[in-house]
Amino acid sequence: MTGTGRLVRLILRRDRVVLPIWVLLLGLLPQLYLAGFQKLFTTDAERLEYAHVSGANAGFAGLYGPLSGDSLGELVVWRSGFVPVMIGLAALLTVIRHTRAEEEAGRSDLLRATVVGRWAQLAAALLVTMLSGLMIGLLVTGSMIGAGEPREGSIAFGALFTLSAWLFAGVAAIAAQLTTSSRGARMTAVLVLGISFVLRMGGDISAIGDGRLAWLSWLSPLGWAQKIIPYGEDNWAPAVIALLGTVMAVAVAGVLLARRDLGAGLLASRLGPAHAGAGLSSPLGLAWRLHRGLLLGWTAGFAALGVVFGGVGTSVVQLAATSNEVADTFSKIGGSGSITDAYFASTTGICALVVSLYAIQATLRMRDEEQNGHAELILGTAVGRTSWAAGHLLFALLGPAVAMAVQGAAAGLTFGDPGPVLGAALAQLPAIWVLGAVTVLLVGAVPRFAAVAWGTVAVSLLILLVGPLLEFPQWAMDVSPFTHVPQLPAASFSAVPEIVLILIAVLIAATGLAALRRRDIPA
Amino acid sequence: MSELARKSASSARHVEPERSGGGGGTAIDAEGLIKRFGKVTALDGLDLTVRTGEVHGFLGPNGAGKTTTIRILLGLMRNDGGSVRLLGGDPWADATKLHRRLAYVPGDVTFWPNLTGGEVIDLLGRLRGGLDPRRRDDLIERFELDPRKKSRTYSKGNRQKVALIAALASDVELLMLDEPTSGLDPLMEEVFREVILQEKSRGDRTVLLSSHILAEVEALCDRLTIIRDGRSVETGTLDDLRHLTRTTIRAELTGPVDSLAGIAGVHDLTSADGRVAFDVDADGLEPALRSLVTAGVRSLVSQPPSLEELFLRHYTRTGNGSPR
Repeated sequence: MTGTGRLVRLILRRDRVVLPIWVLLLGLLPQLYLAGFQKLFTTDAERLEYAHVSGANAGFAGLYGPLSGDSLGELVVWRSGFVPVMIGLAALLTVIRHTRAEEEAGRSDLLRATVVGRWAQLAAALLVTMLSGLMIGLLVTGSMIGAGEPREGSIAFGALFTLSAWLFAGVAAIAAQLTTSSRGARMTAVLVLGISFVLRMGGDISAIGDGRLAWLSWLSPLGWAQKIIPYGEDNWAPAVIALLGTVMAVAVAGVLLARRDLGAGLLASRLGPAHAGAGLSSPLGLAWRLHRGLLLGWTAGFAALGVVFGGVGTSVVQLAATSNEVADTFSKIGGSGSITDAYFASTTGICALVVSLYAIQATLRMRDEEQNGHAELILGTAVGRTSWAAGHLLFALLGPAVAMAVQGAAAGLTFGDPGPVLGAALAQLPAIWVLGAVTVLLVGAVPRFAAVAWGTVAVSLLILLVGPLLEFPQWAMDVSPFTHVPQLPAASFSAVPEIVLILIAVLIAATGLAALRRRDIPA
Repeated sequence: MSELARKSASSARHVEPERSGGGGGTAIDAEGLIKRFGKVTALDGLDLTVRTGEVHGFLGPNGAGKTTTIRILLGLMRNDGGSVRLLGGDPWADATKLHRRLAYVPGDVTFWPNLTGGEVIDLLGRLRGGLDPRRRDDLIERFELDPRKKSRTYSKGNRQKVALIAALASDVELLMLDEPTSGLDPLMEEVFREVILQEKSRGDRTVLLSSHILAEVEALCDRLTIIRDGRSVETGTLDDLRHLTRTTIRAELTGPVDSLAGIAGVHDLTSADGRVAFDVDADGLEPALRSLVTAGVRSLVSQPPSLEELFLRHYTRTGNGSPR
């Protein structure tokens, strides 16, 4: 591990902007929720009422996790329930960026040839990521104590966030050893995060229903961290599990690293065909080869997600049946819909946001192709820019549609009534396409800032998570295209916003393509 | 050998001038090309003329603007000034149409990691409008490539082979090769030369070859253009350019010689103890020798002009504060 210190400094230098941003943003988010709640509740009675209703909302339980009690601290912890997912994502991206991505780019050869030990790069990446996770935890603990919340609960709250970062740093460390491409490593780690979230979600929703599937949460690393239940039980046993899990993941990664060559993965490359098949003879044929893995992965993942959502949906029905009072209050708040409609509206909304990541990922593939020189290769043949782009954009357009449809159909079929849930899923598509179109515009007009596209999802997510609580003005809510699509099946369908969103998407994408045709490649 | 090549190239010009599509036997004609990237001027009035059927060497130090020029010729980038014609068309407006008639091998090439070399060759060939399967297999054999390996496992040299095979197996009029042999071992470099010479003997293929390897340029090119800092500094046949270079002369004299310093074309003259050494331009060679003979020569060593010296002169001469 010689040279770890110097590598740590190198990482800090390279990430000097990104690292502080995510540490501060994620570490201070609970404070935002706290401020929002303090403004919202003028009396204790209001808070108790809110907690009572929210705790029984299956959609909320899915997104945020269970609400353990009605104290202000517990409400903040519950409302921050999605933040560990974002922390996990930031942690795994950081680790892979400084391990497998470096190796793939060939920079590791350069470093490894100097006085740098075998494990130094992995150790440095983990050290920086875990320290950042610790900083987030300290920020949370410090700011919550500062706001007058109980000391032990605040420490437990900080530990929840820190452990989320550590666990997924460990997951990423393993993923980085498995595949030779950073893309593959990233997908593996994100997949584990996604499965963790779905397991926790399924378990928690089931817990407020009939509880048959409540054990699912215990299979999820995110679940371990959340089982600490800050300000409630302050239970440290799950924290020990999470800590052990982290240590084991790091140890496994270290052992795997020692057993492979630099640049190699554990999954060896096999020989392939010497001739291209008939399909590989057009930009579309190539796009299919480049996108099919992604499409398959997202579709399979969302099919599984749909089954979980649909299965848990039956728990929600039970809940409504056993507690008429809850159902009443709920339908008052949720508008005209029934409790299951509100539940499916909220799961569909979350899915749509996640699938827009896919739309952006597929669109940004164009930029990747440009940066690694592949676009030059294709555009040097008799392929025009529009047909080159069209191959990729077809997958950015239809891929999310397939993923959403499969999710909706799977959820609906498992629940027993496929129509409404499938319709709800498809109704979200125009909003997803708008974010995809914005990505096209960025790639076409300001390619250097193409990665800003990810920010559009972050903004939409932030609006969804904190907008209603902090009572954002309507114009701010309207920034997110997801504000405009009808939240089926809880709301009724209206065609106008859908058509307008589609027109906006077409206009933005066409502008982006026109810019792409005019600019230098590579730029 | 370049003499021979030139003959075959010039006869090709007579046989098939019409294939260049109205350019009057000119495959590439760029004049006063200007390209800026923000504040950096990459091309600053570059001229490049490539005649149909010739192998044209394109030389210049790193960062001189070779790749930028090729990208403009491919219509991937648009020039900010000057004019450019390629195969009788406008490379920006007619890109797709023109690309059916040319093949391009980028300098530092990478492929899609999960496609095999064979798949990449077929794909690029088909996108260009088809390739000759017999020729493909022949080239794969000659370059000793295993086409079943995934691209991610290829070394730089093997990736270069894949790109070369894909380009050479297509029946096109113009090959644009950007440092095609970087990464190839000497054996494969030799195969590359053979293949290019073969192409040349067909007479109707034009090759633009950017290269740093002098032996390669000497062996293959009819004419060449040297660029520096985005400008063409020399262009012509190898003999033209050799003419520009200096002969190095060292002599031991029996008597004193005074007149040498006054001869136009004599450079870097040193003399001590009856020994003189100097470089002399082609024009100054005769008067210089005369004055040596007049002084009486005991021994004389002359080093013929080399291209290498010419390149080094152009590569190292500092201009606009860009020391190299």
